[in-house]
Amino acid sequence: MKPKHPTVICINTDWCKGCGICAAFCPKQVLVMNQRDKAEVVAAENCIACKQCEQRCPDLAIQVIKSPAKEEKEAS
Amino acid sequence: MTAKTTKFVQGNEACVEGALYAGLDFFAGYPITPSTEIMELLARRLPANGGKFIQMEDEIASMCAVIGASLTGRKVLTATSGPGFSLKQEALGFAVMAEIPCVIVNVQRGGPSTGNPTHVAQGDVNQARWGTHGDHAIVALTASNHQDVFAMTVEAFNIAETYRTPVILLLDEVVGHMRERLTVPEAGAIPLVERLRTSVRKGVDYHPYLPRDDGRLPMSDFGGVHRYNVTGLFHDMWGFPSDNPGVVHGLIRHLMDKIENNAHRLAHYKTYHLQDAETVLISYGSAARSALHVTENLRARGERIGLMELQTLWPFPAEQVARECGHAKQVVVVEMNTGHMCQMVRAALGPPARVFLANRMDGVLITPTDIKAHLRLIAGRGV
Amino acid sequence: MSVQDYIRERFFPHIWCPGCGHGTVLNNLVRAVETLGLDKNEIVMVSGIGCSSRIAGYLDFHTLHTLHGRALAFATGVKLSRPELNVIVPMGDGDALAIGGNHFIHAARRNINITAIVMNNRIYGMTGGQFSPLSGEATTATTAPFGTIDPDFDTVALATAAGASYVARTTTYHVQEIRKRIAEAIVHPGFAVVEVMSQCPTYFGRKNKQGDAVEMLRRYKEGTVPLDKQPADPEKIPRGVFVQRERPEYCKRYEHLVQAAMTDGAALT
Ligand SMILES: Cc1ncc(C[n+]2csc(CCOP(=O)(O)OP(=O)(O)O)c2C)c(N)n1
Ligand code: SF4
Ligand code: SF4
Ligand code: SF4
Repeated sequence: MKPKHPTVICINTDWCKGCGICAAFCPKQVLVMNQRDKAEVVAAENCIACKQCEQRCPDLAIQVIKSPAKEEKEAS
Repeated sequence: MTAKTTKFVQGNEACVEGALYAGLDFFAGYPITPSTEIMELLARRLPANGGKFIQMEDEIASMCAVIGASLTGRKVLTATSGPGFSLKQEALGFAVMAEIPCVIVNVQRGGPSTGNPTHVAQGDVNQARWGTHGDHAIVALTASNHQDVFAMTVEAFNIAETYRTPVILLLDEVVGHMRERLTVPEAGAIPLVERLRTSVRKGVDYHPYLPRDDGRLPMSDFGGVHRYNVTGLFHDMWGFPSDNPGVVHGLIRHLMDKIENNAHRLAHYKTYHLQDAETVLISYGSAARSALHVTENLRARGERIGLMELQTLWPFPAEQVARECGHAKQVVVVEMNTGHMCQMVRAALGPPARVFLANRMDGVLITPTDIKAHLRLIAGRGV
Repeated sequence: MSVQDYIRERFFPHIWCPGCGHGTVLNNLVRAVETLGLDKNEIVMVSGIGCSSRIAGYLDFHTLHTLHGRALAFATGVKLSRPELNVIVPMGDGDALAIGGNHFIHAARRNINITAIVMNNRIYGMTGGQFSPLSGEATTATTAPFGTIDPDFDTVALATAAGASYVARTTTYHVQEIRKRIAEAIVHPGFAVVEVMSQCPTYFGRKNKQGDAVEMLRRYKEGTVPLDKQPADPEKIPRGVFVQRERPEYCKRYEHLVQAAMTDGAALT
């Protein structure tokens, strides 16, 4: 079942240098590199909020904000 | 220690006394003749006074460590001789660029290279001025006797704090190792300059590299409430790297001007019988002891001779030399090198050429007899 | 606090090339500090010169950007002077182990409580791709057009032999490990070394036909193993904590020395 409030993935395109690391190692193919060589979210609903993209990004250009539902589940 | 005390000590110990009097609380060094006694004494004295002493792996590390400690708010010192002074040059330039107060003692020996480790020389005068690369200004002081070694050491710390600059104290093997009387004045007898710290409060933008109207730059200790950047790159008023031509030019000018424009305040020297002197000797360090002897001796015989003993070598006190020697028929620079100060004196006095060099550079202290021989040569009377 | 609270945002985007591993080290170093909940005013970061050393300018700590190879010497002055501060020293491989090799082994020998991070890209990035003492034989570099004949150091073995009391290795692929290892190193009461294998796609990758940043990270993933799994995979580079031991720490020992000196009458005058 898909969560009501999906995880939000913010990409700061001013900082993104288009290395492709986030897209290459996302376990759920949530991200792709677009024609302007920036990371882009294409399947937010598949995101499992593992934050690998956020932590691997050399440019601190991605922030993954978990859905409140997920946060709650983890907290309990 | 508050009361006045008198001791019979080496010049290196007089330097240690001066440093402790000035409030030294961090020393890092690496042993090298003829400066080693300074670190040996401090290894004992500093911890006992609650200060920090560390023997580093080399002179480069020693210079770096004192800069690091200075940034945390300490009064810092390192001591060395020729080869070690060469190794310190890059980090010395960092202290110039980042405006970090510190004092570097170089007890000179013969060079280049390992040279003449246990013998006297004054061959590092120009290295003190130009040893590190790039345009910069520097302060270098010297002394010929232990009371002055003490006073100039205290002054070196005062200047370092006032102008946020490294200060070089150029001693030499004879002064460093010779023993004579030293009176350590009671606490408070010589005013001490303490670090000027910023009054900017927590949360308010602090500019570590923005001079006040009086040219001084208040500091904030590392570990305090202001987090800023310190770099050897050209930098803006927050300490962040910048290659903006205006910033680069402005910083070079600032580094030069803060020293050169205060040359008159930094100029320390002593004069003996200059009022009517036709022959003026200019000397410094241990060479000045022989020069003083000659001056007194020839005066007693009625000759019109005087002595200007330099204690500030850099910035070179050109105006003072011109004023004190303007009337002299001849000026003889007595030093133990190929004429480092002689060149500066010539430039300061200009034509007509009447400046002579009386030197010795064989590892032996220049004697009164040597100087007199030079004077006879100059007078055309043969040796 | 979030990552943004620890960086000097006005200098971003940073100067590093696309895909440079040094950015990933910065990213996870911040997370390590965040995990520990350290006060920014109690952290001093001292760096040398190199692409790696530019990390200091981007972080909102007390930052001291010094000379090539000398960061640990400056850091020793800071730490001995103010032992209560956390001192973190990020270094490049050339910075730490070529020009700075002497300071590295002596800081380890003293076991002074400093966190040393070796950002090992096996190349001199800043000066444009010359080989380093960690390049290893047969590496191509601008100063080794026919391949290096220089053997490399093993950072872990060197740090261990010199006396470091915490020694770990990881890579920029293994980001969770970077955070954990750096956090452990900061908390460790002695000289702690974390080697992070960090890709330089611009020079090392290109010169050595290792592909782009993504490809280089795949190599880290496939070419390394956790320390305990290494016996089964001896060809791979081990990751993990190699040393975690108790040794007297330098600043602590100095405190004892001060007490001895203060009771020694001769020392006072
Ligand atoms: C005394 C000195 N020698 C040489 C240099 C030039 N230099 C700057 S960075 C560097 C090497 C950088 O390589 P590394 O330390 O591995 O860091 P990286 O740039 O790869 O992160 C060199 C040789 C210098 N700045 N100072
Ligand atoms: S990892 Fe960061 S810099 Fe690289 S493509 Fe993704 S968002 Fe951009
Ligand atoms: S958080 Fe994980 S799943 Fe979601 S986009 Fe990032 S890497 Fe992919
Ligand atoms: S040259 Fe290499 S090390 Fe330097 S920023 Fe570029 S990728 Fe990083």
